[in-house]
Amino acid sequence: MYKVVTKRFLNEAKSICLFEIEAPLIARHAQAGQFVVFRLDEQGERVPVSVAGYDREKGTVTVMVQAAGKTTKMLHTVEQGDVISDIVGPLGKATEMEGLKKVCVVGGGVGCAIAYPIAKEMHERGIEVTFIAGFRSADIVILKDELKAASDKLIIATDDGSYGEKGFTTVFLKNEIEANIAEGKPQFDRVIAIGPDIMMKFLAEVTRPYGIKTIISLDPIMVDGTGMCGCCRVIVGGETKFACVDGPDFDAHEVDFDSLIKRAAFYKDEQDAAAEHICRITGGKRHG
Amino acid sequence: MANLKVNLSMTKNEMPEQDAAVRTGNFDEVALGYSEEQARSEAARCLDCRNAPCRSGCPVAVKIPRFLEKVREGDFEAAYQIVTSTNSLPAVCGRVCPQEKQCESKCVRGIKGESVGIGRLERFVADWHMANAKKGEVKAPASNGHRIAVIGSGPAGLTCAGDLCKLGYDVTIFEAFHKSGGVLVYGIPQFRLPKEIVAAEIDTLVKQGVKIVNNAIIGKSITVDELFKEGFEAVFIGSGAGLPQFLHIPGENLLGVYSANELLTRTNLMKAYRDDYDTPIKRFGRVAVVGAGNVAMDAARVSKRLGAEHVYIVYRRGRDELPARKEEVEHAEAEGIEFQLLNNPCAILGDETGHVTGIECIRQELGEPDAKGRRSPVAIPGSNWVLDVDTVVIAIGTSPNPLIRNTTEGLSFTKKGGIEADEGGRTSREGVFAGGDAVTGSATVILAMGAGKAGAKSIDEYIKSKQS
Repeated sequence: MYKVVTKRFLNEAKSICLFEIEAPLIARHAQAGQFVVFRLDEQGERVPVSVAGYDREKGTVTVMVQAAGKTTKMLHTVEQGDVISDIVGPLGKATEMEGLKKVCVVGGGVGCAIAYPIAKEMHERGIEVTFIAGFRSADIVILKDELKAASDKLIIATDDGSYGEKGFTTVFLKNEIEANIAEGKPQFDRVIAIGPDIMMKFLAEVTRPYGIKTIISLDPIMVDGTGMCGCCRVIVGGETKFACVDGPDFDAHEVDFDSLIKRAAFYKDEQDAAAEHICRITGGKRHG
Repeated sequence: MANLKVNLSMTKNEMPEQDAAVRTGNFDEVALGYSEEQARSEAARCLDCRNAPCRSGCPVAVKIPRFLEKVREGDFEAAYQIVTSTNSLPAVCGRVCPQEKQCESKCVRGIKGESVGIGRLERFVADWHMANAKKGEVKAPASNGHRIAVIGSGPAGLTCAGDLCKLGYDVTIFEAFHKSGGVLVYGIPQFRLPKEIVAAEIDTLVKQGVKIVNNAIIGKSITVDELFKEGFEAVFIGSGAGLPQFLHIPGENLLGVYSANELLTRTNLMKAYRDDYDTPIKRFGRVAVVGAGNVAMDAARVSKRLGAEHVYIVYRRGRDELPARKEEVEHAEAEGIEFQLLNNPCAILGDETGHVTGIECIRQELGEPDAKGRRSPVAIPGSNWVLDVDTVVIAIGTSPNPLIRNTTEGLSFTKKGGIEADEGGRTSREGVFAGGDAVTGSATVILAMGAGKAGAKSIDEYIKSKQS
């Protein structure tokens, strides 16, 4: 059993929630870009979620989770002081940062929660970080202060203009790249893009003509997260890779997005049916 | 000796089973086990040969004639104690060991007629003990103060831990999954090995003093070097062969293509077949399982129970070459699994939405025997055809997980990625021992247990040699 020591909603809409969980074995080795797998209780499924932070001394790991399907909705009902059945990790490879000087990190929605620790770590290492954070609307914006502290330049944009700039991340990324050229500044030596698959697909097309290496973090469907089931297969550069052990970071210009998007929707019917069956009396508590 | 005479029946007492038509609709155990009378009658078929050839066929050297004698006398608890003096997991072994290739293959009764049903009797005594033994305190052996780390709680790790614990070692098992048992819980289905039985066997080890840390992935959560730093004096690696192999044919990433590991983990470990568990699984219509080992039979029978109308085994060799146990093949056939033998898959076909619609096969004929004496299949040109299916399960074996390989200095590995170890499980690094599928690649439960046993013996020798 693993205790939730902090729980905090990160936005007005309460769609994304932070959980700091006691897990000394994970806290000891966790690095930005890695993920953990949690399970709520005996009947629960194993769900991968990115590491959003860790405290090696306290022995805690932090995750930021958007309520999307049944399990994540149920996780949102777990309170500070409650326990969850399992959490294991850190899994996957850490994000590569060696030798980088100037990076643009792009986050879309809850992707900002995954991109945040990467930006933070890079910023601490002295890498120049531009952070472009995109959200649908003001009520779901997260981590305003944290993102500011973790970057040299922060652009927050919403699709409807209800907070920050109005527009999509693709446009702002292109603007930043063009500005570097126009102003004779050094170009980004890496773009890190984390968000919905479709957003990452379009961001990859923005950077491709400029030849800027672009890394995306994938979260396909997984079961064990240790390379055992092969469920998280992605096609990268024509080869089949396992996102859990070979990733989760991959070169955006090599990823087969169409296969990725189709595979991600494989259990959509089952997920929708399960989410509909969340008990309205107990509000998602299994034995409430 | 009881006054029962040798039972001269040429055949084994038949194992009561759930009817095939009924059992394909549930996940309950297929083989129901002997009654006390059946067990005593079967045990009475043993001739008590002086040189006990059966024992030489057992990787963990169970004292077979001695325990059979006790069964014949009706002293089932004594029989259990004899079995567990060398085997920590009798209820498991009695169910999943390929006895026909091991102890029973050496049985003199098998020369004319059928061998003694040793496996069935091992299962019987283990089940009898679980049901009838007094639930007293299990005595933990006195500790010798030496701490040993065991990586993986599958058959190799559990056996190694059990044996070391009996010798007084302070043993901690590190298990990556939330449940202990390794392949016994994620791989082998409920209807062949009920998970309650695995849990009970592990519970016995824990009562004897073995500690288990779940959700600990060696190489990720903690490294082998850290284990030594934390005061463990030796490490046994029994991490199994976790990585599924694929065919590398077109269409393998279509929707509806599973590795056997994924299908089995979803159903066995995560219990996707039960409505009260959250892990989803598709309801299949027509399933092709590629491969014909025990895992393929398990995958096929699981698919049937998940409601598939047609389940095919697609295998490139013929009936005589089927690598699965005979009993598993017979069970599969009785349950309506259809065998497409001498067919080699060459592509998986899909529709515009990316879902599987069929598997293209090319017919084979058997050519000359290969180095192992198995006749190699040769494709018949132009014989391609398509088997209509909506699901394909790849069950062609696994390879060792690279996590330990990538994070442990000083270990040598084989070309196939297995850890290099001698018969005693000694690796190239001092204090590190290994056994089971992590060394050999995919094999059987009992071979892994044998390796766990050998590893425990070597660790004991190693610790003692350091003291003197």
